[in-house]
Amino acid sequence: MVAVRVLGVLGVLFVLSIVVFAMMYLAPGDIVKNLLGNRPANPDVVAAVRAQYRLDDPVVVQYLSWLRGFLTGDLGTSIRLQQPVADAIGDRVGITAALCLLAFVVSVAVAVPLGVRSAVKAGGWIDRTGNALSILGLSAPTFAVGLLLLYVFAYYLPILPVYGGGDGGVDTLRHLVLPAVTLALGLGAIIVKLTRTAMLRELESDYVTFARSRGLGEGLVRRLALRNAAIPIVTGASLVLTFLVGGTVLAETTYALPGLGTLLQDSVLFKDIAVVQSLTLLVAVVIAAIALVADLAYILLDPRVRRQMGAAA
Amino acid sequence: MTVILGDLAVLGPAGPMVEPISAEIAPGATLALIGESGSGKTLTAKSIVGLLPRGFRATGTVSVAGQAIPVGSAGDDAAWRRVRGRSVSLLLQDPFTSLTPVHRCGDQIAWTIEGAQGRRLPRGARRAAVEERLAEVNLPARVADAFPHELSGGMRQRVAIAAALASDPQLLIADEPTTALDASNQAEILDLLRRIQEERRLSVILISHDLGVVRGRTDDVLVMRDGRVVERGATAAVLAAPAHPYTRALIEADPVVAARSGARLSAEEDASGDRAPLLACEDVTKAFGARTVLDAVDLSIAPGAIVGIVGESGSGKSTLARCIAGLEREDAGSIVLEGEALAPGRGSRTPDQMQIVFQDPYSSLNPMMSIGAILAEALGVAGRASSEVPGMLEMVGLPAEFARKRPAELSGGQRQRVAIARALAPQPRLLICDESVSALDVSVQADILALLARLREELGIAILFISHDLAVVRMIADAVTVMWDGRVVETGPCHEVLEHPAHEYTRLLVAAAMRENAVPADGKD
Repeated sequence: MVAVRVLGVLGVLFVLSIVVFAMMYLAPGDIVKNLLGNRPANPDVVAAVRAQYRLDDPVVVQYLSWLRGFLTGDLGTSIRLQQPVADAIGDRVGITAALCLLAFVVSVAVAVPLGVRSAVKAGGWIDRTGNALSILGLSAPTFAVGLLLLYVFAYYLPILPVYGGGDGGVDTLRHLVLPAVTLALGLGAIIVKLTRTAMLRELESDYVTFARSRGLGEGLVRRLALRNAAIPIVTGASLVLTFLVGGTVLAETTYALPGLGTLLQDSVLFKDIAVVQSLTLLVAVVIAAIALVADLAYILLDPRVRRQMGAAA
Repeated sequence: MTVILGDLAVLGPAGPMVEPISAEIAPGATLALIGESGSGKTLTAKSIVGLLPRGFRATGTVSVAGQAIPVGSAGDDAAWRRVRGRSVSLLLQDPFTSLTPVHRCGDQIAWTIEGAQGRRLPRGARRAAVEERLAEVNLPARVADAFPHELSGGMRQRVAIAAALASDPQLLIADEPTTALDASNQAEILDLLRRIQEERRLSVILISHDLGVVRGRTDDVLVMRDGRVVERGATAAVLAAPAHPYTRALIEADPVVAARSGARLSAEEDASGDRAPLLACEDVTKAFGARTVLDAVDLSIAPGAIVGIVGESGSGKSTLARCIAGLEREDAGSIVLEGEALAPGRGSRTPDQMQIVFQDPYSSLNPMMSIGAILAEALGVAGRASSEVPGMLEMVGLPAEFARKRPAELSGGQRQRVAIARALAPQPRLLICDESVSALDVSVQADILALLARLREELGIAILFISHDLAVVRMIADAVTVMWDGRVVETGPCHEVLEHPAHEYTRLLVAAAMRENAVPADGKD
């Protein structure tokens, strides 16, 4: 079963790689000009580019050589930065990964307990406050929240830096707080709603009534319910995590963070095809990996699924 | 050690739900609460463990072995924690939902096992205590490591009993503990409860809609209706000479009473006949993956006959019905209706050939549609006008103004009548009832059975009636087919199968139908 799932993911990535490769041809304008960018187009340079991208070979050969390069880490050269794409991505991937991780941890750490409390005391003040906050988090655009937080915590109360990625260590962490909170607000809003709905359903169930009637403490009863609710929560959280990967573009732009989001934005504006292709495929791989991990978590969390897996293997 | 209920009453948002009840239960004795859904018996049970739904509250007093139960203070968690589990536990109806699916059975039992002074036991001692509790309910020690879904219904209910008793309460309230189980498991669970109760000197309140469950297994009985006790007394005396007409009606509706006296709802017709059969199944075989659920099954239904299929869950009886209706595709074999072979699947069926009525009338009707719209839709499929809706309602014994109601406003029995009317709208020649009365109270069940018998007389329709309870089947069926493990083990005219059961499994079913204690108490699932 797991093997089938992994094969499915590989299949999807294969199809995506073809689409990403085709971007080179789908971009408007002459392909050689696009690949050259703003370099002067003398015959020598054109010939070099044609040779590098094997433009004179059949399309299949071009694709395979491009794919081999991608798999071996040779992602081509950025025409804008005049450096290998792998290096350009390598320089920036750390800050984006740290931002996503921080945002995810913050949102889960706040949203899951808040969702549980909202469900336990449905209609109480925590529930109503949580509900108001999550409506705000869901409906406010990322850049608007970002600007608001900047104004309050960096300008009006100058306790956090305004822009940039910091000098590493604690300083970088300080620089990441506001963008992470900006991202976590939207993410957390969805997780609060998911947790609350799942917990409400579990708390209504027979096993909770049975557990209470046997004298189990309310704390333990809540843990049981949360353990059962974990299955829908994990599925939902993994889905929103994939949104997070796209959301970093907005947050990084607002806070001028030198991450992959800003790299993607600049490269798209500059028609830096090699970088855009690499980043698109990279994001696809990350999202596929998250989905796969969520499926594996499912097996871990639900003994019923585990048994079906065992029966199928 | 006695349990005393003093004027225990339940108030709902719209006024009194249960009128004051007083009763005494000695240690080792069982009090039965009998009544149909809505009679207030479950509210009474929940009031004793402080788990009434929001908006309900209880008044009166309950004491268990001298310990006062804080029935009036629903929100006082600290007070309730002292009594729940230690003085009183509640066992629920459905063993499929009362255990959490993601925790091992042993852990679920261990949660309420405490050492001296309420301390947590060390791991080894806890495991030993769990195994001891499992042995008490006749389960092997390995069940401790199993998840609930790995066990059969009967085994799950035993785990639930072990869990309910793990904290050694003095009073156990069992709310319909066997209603969700097969006939053969029912007797086992009830006998097990009886044995444990004697060993522990446990007081039990046994709640049921089914008089058959309380017969011979309870000391006293309270018959409840609309929140009021209409009759009370020693169980044997009440069953032998019921004073209240409602109790009499309940006893008459009991299929076990009918099975013992031989009473039927429709005369048994000679189903063998030399007429060509309406439906003939031959060698129908079906497997789900590696598991064979139907193994070369034969079945024949004469025109206008009522044929019962009996067997427990997993015997393949529902799969057979679904193959006949085209809802499943059989792997091999033939299904012939009126001489015409039907290909597997729904594509080859027309609505006027056969219709099916399912078990659960709560989920088989679309809650967003009015009854009239539901029936008009079914009539439309057969090209009949929606002006026939009042006639359809009348046919199943419902007033015409029900057309405006929605399913949520109807009782279970009324919904099942609507489901039957819907199935009859395309004027099918065969009606398949798949456990169609199993979810209903005994008295309602008898009404629906009588309706089916009348419809057969009036419409000449043939009925395939599927049930796990032979006592129910024998009330209306002309012929019976007994299924076990995907095979037909016995088939024949109803009276013959009942009087001279040839197969061992059939004998077990007959004994269960008569509520004879032929099932060994330590039998396995």
